[in-house]
Amino acid sequence: MNLFSAFFYLFSTLTVASASMVVFSRNPVHSTLFLVLSFFNVAGLFVLLGAEFLAMTLILVYVGAVSVLFLFIVMMLDINFVKLNEGFMSYLPIGACVMGVLLIELFIAFGAWKGFPNAYNLLQAPIEEHLSNTEALGRVLYTRYVYHFQSAGLILLIAMIGAIVLTLRHKPGVLRQVVADQIARCPETSVEIRKVKSGQGI
Amino acid sequence: MHDFYPHNVERVSVLLVAFQSVLILVSLLVLIAFLLYADRKVWAAVQLRRGPNVVGPFGLLQSFADLLKFALKEPVIPSGANKFVFLLAPLVMSISALSAWAVIPFSEGWVISDLNVGILYIFAMSSLGVYGVILGGWASNSKYAFLGALRSAAQMVSYEVSIGLVIISVLLCVGSLNLTEIIQAQRTGLAVWLGLPWLSFLNWFWLPLFPLFIIFFISALSETNRPPFDLPEAESELVAGFMVEYSSTPYLLFMLGEYVAIVMMCALTTILFLGGWLPLLDIAPLNWVPGIVWFILKLWLVFFMFAIVKAFVPRYRYDQLMRLGWKVFLPLSLLMLFIVAGVRQYMLLPA
Repeated sequence: MNLFSAFFYLFSTLTVASASMVVFSRNPVHSTLFLVLSFFNVAGLFVLLGAEFLAMTLILVYVGAVSVLFLFIVMMLDINFVKLNEGFMSYLPIGACVMGVLLIELFIAFGAWKGFPNAYNLLQAPIEEHLSNTEALGRVLYTRYVYHFQSAGLILLIAMIGAIVLTLRHKPGVLRQVVADQIARCPETSVEIRKVKSGQGI
Repeated sequence: MHDFYPHNVERVSVLLVAFQSVLILVSLLVLIAFLLYADRKVWAAVQLRRGPNVVGPFGLLQSFADLLKFALKEPVIPSGANKFVFLLAPLVMSISALSAWAVIPFSEGWVISDLNVGILYIFAMSSLGVYGVILGGWASNSKYAFLGALRSAAQMVSYEVSIGLVIISVLLCVGSLNLTEIIQAQRTGLAVWLGLPWLSFLNWFWLPLFPLFIIFFISALSETNRPPFDLPEAESELVAGFMVEYSSTPYLLFMLGEYVAIVMMCALTTILFLGGWLPLLDIAPLNWVPGIVWFILKLWLVFFMFAIVKAFVPRYRYDQLMRLGWKVFLPLSLLMLFIVAGVRQYMLLPA
């Protein structure tokens, strides 16, 4: 067994183990942490496949940003564990049935599955040699699939604007800081000097 | 698997890589011990104090005394804390900060792993630091720590956006994600264009990308929770932020992670904007100096700026910090990205 297969088995075992711990651990924060661990191992698998750009983006986006938001939400939620685990036994048979059916279906699907021997030659955008995969990905995304790529970006932008529109409200009584106004203030407009005789108010 | 691995990866001596890693780790930690001392000295000098001056000559061994003190004290774990996560958090912080150094080129060819996605790797590793903060705050089971962690995580995630855009602009000028190539690209530039190739400091990216240099520097301050953006540790509001419950070695690991991340940002500024190991002037006595000396000198210069900023800028208010990140830096760096891309595309200048 060479170094690559050793690392492959290490990463894949850890991925599967941590993915199942996401489901089975009782504490949702621990679940999120296991999710992060499985992302890491998937990134390791990507590196083994030579897809280093995907690996780094996975860590950057999913571990560095998305899972942080998951953690935020999970930590803020006030989850009642007693109530959550209530009726576990009564739902168990139904759940087990569903799982069994899914498992059988997967077995049937993969049992009948055969790779088409000529598949590699039918690739729409074959990977050119002598290109780092960052460059290869960029060439495919920004030439061949540029409209799909841009519209995906646009959809995300619309989703973001929608979220902001839903949550942003300007209450009439709340003062807001306007930095330009603050900087534009000068002594002439904001300070008034009056001579007050002693014993007299203004 | 194109140029990510050397083709003879099986034959590359694992021992050699391990030796190089240990060498970098040790010299990095010693460097950080003295940089910590320098930080405190600069801070003291600005405030007309003397700073650490008791342990060793001029107090030079102060950091080592602190290290001993931290290591020998009893680590206290609060009874309500989630023990495993509580101890995991400082480890995550320091290990993620340290592992980013694997791709830093200290001089021409002096790099453990010359990844072709080096800058992405550094960016990914530095985005992991937020886990140490958020887990530490949560596991402490303390309201101060938790609030500090939430603040800090929001801050680090926000400023990563502008750092990312600045890095993309630099990458547009270089055309590669490899750190060595980023430095090599700064061999030519404005000075060569003016016909004065010996003025090599004009070649570096700080001049053509000047606003980005400033944005990067300020975002780096914020990303590493340095003053004036040290809100997670705002002692007047949150005692010590996410680190309230930490003591002895776990606290040491947090501080270490923080300083390693700071020096990392200094190194990154050096690589992206100050020409890495390239000499200041490309003339006879100066370009005989080995590259590592230039690299360390530039790193010290950037760290000195970090230290000076800490000494004389008051702390930001939290809403102002968020405003600066999202409403000033993000549009500005996005605009610069468009400008850089436009110049690259239509004027065909070498940046």
